Order: sequence, then C-alpha cells, then structure tokens
Amino acid sequence: MRKDPLIPGVYCHDLIQFNNRSGVLSMLEIVFFYIASLVALIATVMAMTRANAIHALIYLIVSLLAVAVIFFLIGAPFAAALEIVIYAGAIMVLFVFVIMMLNLGEKGDKQERQWLSPSVWVGPALLSIVLLAELLFIISDVNGPVSTSSVSPKAVGLSLFGPYVLAVEISAMLLLAGLVGSFHLGRRYLERDYGDERGKE
Amino acid sequence: MSKIIWLIPLMPFVGSITLMLFGKNLRRSHIGYLGVSSVGISALLTALLAIEFMQNQEVLETLVWTWMQVGSFAPGISFYFDGLTLVMMSVITGVGFLIHLFSTEFMEEDPSYARYFAYLNMFVASMLILVMADNLLLLYLGWEGVGVCSYLLVGFWYQHSANGHAARKAFIVTRIGDTAMALGLLLLFSHLGTLDIQVLMGKASQVWEVGENIPLIACLLLVCGAVGKSAQLPLHTWLPDAMAGPTPVSALIHAATMVTAGVYLIARTHGLFLLAPDAMIVVAIIGVVTSLMAAFTALMQTDIKRILAYSTISQIGYMFLALGVGAWSAGIFHLMTHAFFKALLFLGSGAIIHCLHHEHNIFKMGGLRTRMPVTFWSFMIGSAALAALPMTSGFFSKDQILLQAYQLPDLGPGLWMAGLLGALLTAIYSFRLVFVVFFGEANTEPDKDTEWRMAIPLSILCFLALVGGYFTIPVVDVFPVTGGSHPAHWVEYVSISVPIVGLVIAYFVFLNRRINIETLTTSSFGRGLGNLWLSGWGIDWLYDRLFVRPYYRLANLLKSEPVDVIYNAIVELNQLLNLWLSKSQTGRLRWYLVSMVAGLIILISLASNLGPGVLQW
Amino acid sequence: MDGLDIPLNHILFISSLLFAIGMLGLMIRRNIIFILMSLEVMLNSAALAFVAAGAHWGQPDGQVVFMLILTVAAAEVAVGLGLVLQVQKRFKTLDMDHANRMQG
Repeated sequence: MRKDPLIPGVYCHDLIQFNNRSGVLSMLEIVFFYIASLVALIATVMAMTRANAIHALIYLIVSLLAVAVIFFLIGAPFAAALEIVIYAGAIMVLFVFVIMMLNLGEKGDKQERQWLSPSVWVGPALLSIVLLAELLFIISDVNGPVSTSSVSPKAVGLSLFGPYVLAVEISAMLLLAGLVGSFHLGRRYLERDYGDERGKE
Repeated sequence: MSKIIWLIPLMPFVGSITLMLFGKNLRRSHIGYLGVSSVGISALLTALLAIEFMQNQEVLETLVWTWMQVGSFAPGISFYFDGLTLVMMSVITGVGFLIHLFSTEFMEEDPSYARYFAYLNMFVASMLILVMADNLLLLYLGWEGVGVCSYLLVGFWYQHSANGHAARKAFIVTRIGDTAMALGLLLLFSHLGTLDIQVLMGKASQVWEVGENIPLIACLLLVCGAVGKSAQLPLHTWLPDAMAGPTPVSALIHAATMVTAGVYLIARTHGLFLLAPDAMIVVAIIGVVTSLMAAFTALMQTDIKRILAYSTISQIGYMFLALGVGAWSAGIFHLMTHAFFKALLFLGSGAIIHCLHHEHNIFKMGGLRTRMPVTFWSFMIGSAALAALPMTSGFFSKDQILLQAYQLPDLGPGLWMAGLLGALLTAIYSFRLVFVVFFGEANTEPDKDTEWRMAIPLSILCFLALVGGYFTIPVVDVFPVTGGSHPAHWVEYVSISVPIVGLVIAYFVFLNRRINIETLTTSSFGRGLGNLWLSGWGIDWLYDRLFVRPYYRLANLLKSEPVDVIYNAIVELNQLLNLWLSKSQTGRLRWYLVSMVAGLIILISLASNLGPGVLQW
Repeated sequence: MDGLDIPLNHILFISSLLFAIGMLGLMIRRNIIFILMSLEVMLNSAALAFVAAGAHWGQPDGQVVFMLILTVAAAEVAVGLGLVLQVQKRFKTLDMDHANRMQG
C-alpha cells in the first residue's frame, strides 16, 4: 500500500521521492486504469457525436471524471481533485448555463444531425488518423513506467510558488483578462442587431 | 586693436543675420542704413588697424575660440594678420563699402531689398574670414561661404530660369575646383599633421626638398581650387554667365574680391609653391593662356558686362602669371589695383544699365559722353587703368608683372611676349568699349543720371584707380624677395608703349574709322574666327558635348531605374503570392482548422524525420 | 509482484487518442458550442500527457503545468462562451459557417 507522504514537518525534498520503483500497484488498480481509459475514450467519442448539446456535455463530464481517475491512479491526487472540481464542475457548468440561455430546442438537434453526415467527417477523420499515427509513431519508443509514488499537493504548491511563481502571475493576468473580456462581451451595448447584414452574406 | 580684430568680420555677419531675420519688418531706408553701416564699421576698423600696422609692423595672431578638437588636430576660429591680410581686408571692406553704398541706389526699386543686403553682408563676412583665417580649414569655410553667397547673388533674380541656371553653373563649376582643393588640404594634413598656414609652411620646408612629388601634387590640387574660384582655364566658363546677377554684385564678387581669392590662396601658401617650381610654371602658363584667351574673347563681345567679365578673367590671368613667376607682391599689387579699376568699370556699367532701362548691348548705347558725364569719366579712367596707360594704377602693377616675367630664365621672354600681346588686346577692347558706348550717335536715351549715392563711390574709385599705383603695399615681410637685376631699358619702353599702340588702334578702328575692318570681318575666315571668339573659343560648347550631354544621357538611362527592376519583381511576386494566399482566406472557421491540422501534420512529420535528437525522449 | 505498473506510453497513447478525437470533433462540428467542447477535450488530453510525464519523473512540474492549462481553459471558456452569446445575438444562429465575414 502506498503511504501518505503528507506528514506535517516533512520538507519538500523528503516528499518528492525520486524513484522508479515498479510493481507497487496492485492488479486491481491496473485494471481500473484500463477501464477508466476505455470509459474516457468512449465518453469522448459520444460527446463529439451527439446532436443534443446537453447530452454531449454529460458525456464530456463523464470523460473528464474518467481522466480524473487516471490522474489519481498515476499518483496525482491533487490534479485529480482539480479535474473534478474545476473542469467537470465549474467549467462544464458554464457550458450548461450558456446552453440553457441559448435555448436551442428540438430544431437545433435536427439541424445538428443533418450536419453530421458522413461526407462531412470523412476528410477530417482521415487527417485525424494521420496525425494520430504520427503521434503514436513518436511515442512508440517511449519506455519506462509511470512513477507510482504520489506527488503531494504540498510539493505542487511549493513548486508553484517557487520556480513557477512567474507563471502563476501570468495566469493571474490571463484570468483577469478573461474576466474583463467576458464582462465586455456580455455588455448590453453590444446587443445591436446585425441580422440584416447576415442576409447579405 | 588686436583685441577687437574679430569684430571686423563679425559686423557684416551680424548685419546679415539681422537682415535675414527682421528684413521684412524694416523700412527700406533702415535696411540700407543697416546693410551699408555694418560694412562701413568694418572698413573703419580696418583703417584703424592699418594705421596701427603702419606704425609698428606687428603681425597679429588671435584665437577667438577653438573650433573643434580631434586629438592633436584643433583648428580654431583664429585670425592671422599681416601685410597681405591688411591689403586684402582693405580692398574687401573699402571697395565693399563703396559698392554697398552704390547698391542702395541701384537696387532701390527691387522688391527684395533686404534679401540683397543680407546676402551681400554675408558675402563680405565670409570673404573676411577667408582672408583672415590662420588655418586652411577656416579659410575653406570662408571659401565655401563666398561660394554660397555668389550662388545666391548670381541667382538673385531667380524668377528667370536663365539666372538660376547661371547660378547653378557658377556653383557647380567652382565646386569641381573646391573638391580638388579639399583633397589638397587632406593631403597636406595627412603628411604634415597641421593645417595652420604658418606652421604648415615652416614644416613643409623642413620635411620636403624642392621639387619633390608630394608638395607638387598638393600645390596642383590647391591650384585647381584657385583656378575654379578665380575663373581661369579650364574652369572659367562660369564667370561670364555669372553676370546674370545684379551689377554691383558683379563688381564686388566677380571682379574685386571673390574671384581673386584664388590669387590670395596661392600667395598665402607661397611657401609651399616655392617647394614645387613645376606647379609655379603651371600657374604661370595657366595665367598667360587664360589672359590671352579671354582678351580675344572680350574683343568680340557685345554685352557690356560680358566684356568686363572676360576682361576680369584676363586680368586675373595676369595675377596668376605674376604668382607663377614668383612676383608675389606684384601679383597682390595688381589684385588691389584691379579691384579698384574693375569695380569702377563695373559700377560704371551698372550706372549705365540702371539709367538705360537695363540695356546690356553696347551697340544700342552710344553718345553717352555728354548725357552721363560722371559715368563717362569713370569709364575713361577705369579703361585707362585697365589698359595700363602710363601713370594710372594699372600701369604700375602690370608693368611690374611683365618685367618680372621677363626676368624668369628660359620661359621668361616667351611669357613676356604673350603678356604684351594680352596688354595690346586689353587696350583695344577696353577703348572699343569706351568709344562705342560714349561716342558716336545716341541710340538709347537715358532717363536719368546718377545720383549722389552712385556718384560718390564712382568718384572715390576714380581717384583710387588713378593714384592706386603710388601706394606701397606692406607685403615686404610676407614674401621672399625676388628679382634683382634690372632688365634692359628697351624692355621697359616696349611695355610702356604697347597700351598706347592699342589705344591708337582702337581709335582708328572704332571712332575715327580710318582703318576699315569690314573686309576682314566679312571674309569667311574673319567671320569664323569672330564667332569662335564670341563664343569664348567654343569652350562652353565643348563642355556641353564632353560632360553635360553624356551626363544627361546617363541620367536619362538611369531615370527608368534599371536596378530597381529586380526589387520591383520581388514586390510583384509578393503581391501575386498575397493575392493567391488571400483567396485561401475564406472566413470559414472549419476551413482554417483543417488547414491548421494539415500544417501540424506536416510539421510533426518533418520534425520527427529530422534525425535523432529533435524529438528524442 | 514486480512488473505490475502502468507503462508511460499507454497513457500517452490514450492522451493522443483523446487529442485526435477532440480534433476530429473540432473539424466536423459547425455549432460553436461543440467546437468549444472539442477544444476542452484537446486541452484535457494535453493536460493528461503533462501529468503522466510528471508522474514518470516523480516531479510536481507536470501538475503545475496542468494547473496552468486549467487556468487557460477557464479563461478561454469564459471568453468563448461570451462570444457564443454574441454570435447568437448577431447572426441568430450558432453555425460558424455563417459567420464568415472576415475573408480575404
């Protein structure tokens, strides 16, 4: 069993264990990993192909949760928690709100189904397969296991506010920009109607 | 006095700046007062300086401030004052003052009164800097300054494109000489490490032997500058055209002062020329050939100012001859007397032109003797001095030159003969001018006679042209003593009699008409020769074919910018590509995404194939 | 039980698959909401690759970058959904093929 390294008074360099030990995971956990992977893939494919936005969103959340499981299994419990709380939680809820505001309805579903004809996706699918093949070719000579000892949130925090403090500040600015941007886009004065122009296109 | 020597060039400079800045707001009378008084004060100060110099013979050196300092090279705004400087300064400020006074009447009706005096004052300031400079760099500053002022004043009536053309010609032709002169200065500096004239001459005589190559080259380059500025062969073509400017300007710049700057330069650097006897021979030959060429040309001209312009070229040729044979003080003496009588003649012609509705053709004048007595007598005296009739100022100076030329070994008698021929021609053309303009039948009626502002300068210059020959110029200490033995008496008698012979010939041909030259001038040979002389030996035509037209052809060739074809092709290719690529910009998001993915695929495939290490784990 | 572990290239394989699926979705969907969802999938697959690499080396850096990706995703979604609302208002549709006024 893995022992929790989060012991008060233990310093960063003690917590980060530089080891490549293998064979720490139990068989059950290995199986869990492959199940989670499968779930993630299937859920994602479903999300990409649904006509109804809310359905697609639910599949997407499932996919994210499966990825969170993978995170947990490979020793990143903090990332797993953030994946669930922020990705599957906050960000996806935003999508839900927007879809509710748009009120797409049954007509939208029909339209979507029409757009998803095979002629539309054959070309892009080919491109994606080529890219996938390339990626797989590149990672084919990657060897070695994933370290199974977990990296604690404390270590992540120390790293975040140590060497990566500049990145944190830049992220802060990015979030501020996003805040200002979304505030601006939601303003009323942008609500002028451009419908007549659309007719010309 | 030595403390305030810098005030002399400063006064006209300040006058010029004031006129440039406030000229538009001043009344015409005030402009006149300002323009004349600034030069007048300079003339007064020069006179005081001259009195002091006559008493103690003291050579002054004044450093006003260091102009620039680059290592050991530190040319200053510094003035050197000796007898030679004094002569030049007296001519510039004295004659300059008289010409300024004359101009107040001559230019009375011109709308650009202030501009005229601003330029003229600036010219006097630059010319003073030129002659007072103690180093060649400052001299060059003055040299270029007078060039600019000459350009501005020749093109003063810029409304006519011909005047602008003449101004550009004057500027560009002198620039050729100036460039050579700048090269000469650089050569001297690179070998001697200084441009201070006195130090330079001292060093040169230590470093170089007589007849070495480097001083010869340096001297020839300086001669090129002098030739350009003083309108000698082969760079003389600008001076006749420069007569497009107002006549007082021609008197001041193109007769009395600026064109003699070349003479001054050679005289000032005589220490160098003594090291290069070959350069001096070149100067003498240039001088004598120019004087003959110009005298023949002057014989055929009909424009009163062009006659005087060619006569100026011819007289400066005499000065060059003097310098070339080592008769330094005679050359400077002739410079001074020439300044008097040529300024007189130009101002006289200015008076005629002023009173005759801007008529330039001498054959449309005539009979002015009784109508314009002051001008007539000015012209008589000026022409007598120009022709070097005995007892006039020109006689003394030209006589000295010819005698010293005769004494030169080998070339001497040849130069003397040529000089005599020139003197004969001078007498003929100058009295041809007088007889045609002032005697005979009146062709144009003058509408006024000269007022006092014209009459007074003319009278003073008459006096100077008459008695100027009795002055002794204080240049004994400046130049090495040359000559010694006196030539035979017959030489002297011949030089005295030649101008009188010229006068008599002119009398019989142009006034009495006892000698009929009709048959000569109407024969085909005579006509051809006359036309050749009228065009100034066709040198303008030659230069036009040799330089101007090939240059225009080259410019025309380059006008289509053959080199730019390559760059334009690049631009067009880019525009084509842009047109092509902008078609791919459909505005459709999914099209962009597909192309991005395709690009990504290509990039990854390239990167993963670039060999080990690029994407190695 | 030595030898029982998760090979790194399996995780990267899954990550690549997710990325490819996300990209496919990006290219085939015309509705801007689905386009944004596809983007989320792609970001998430990249995050997975980072965390896996971090775990491989036993370093926290992978998770740090995951958090940065999270930040980017949050900002992007906030702005992107704002744009969705504007598109709907102006064009009365979510079809991106209709919003093609910016063309060369």
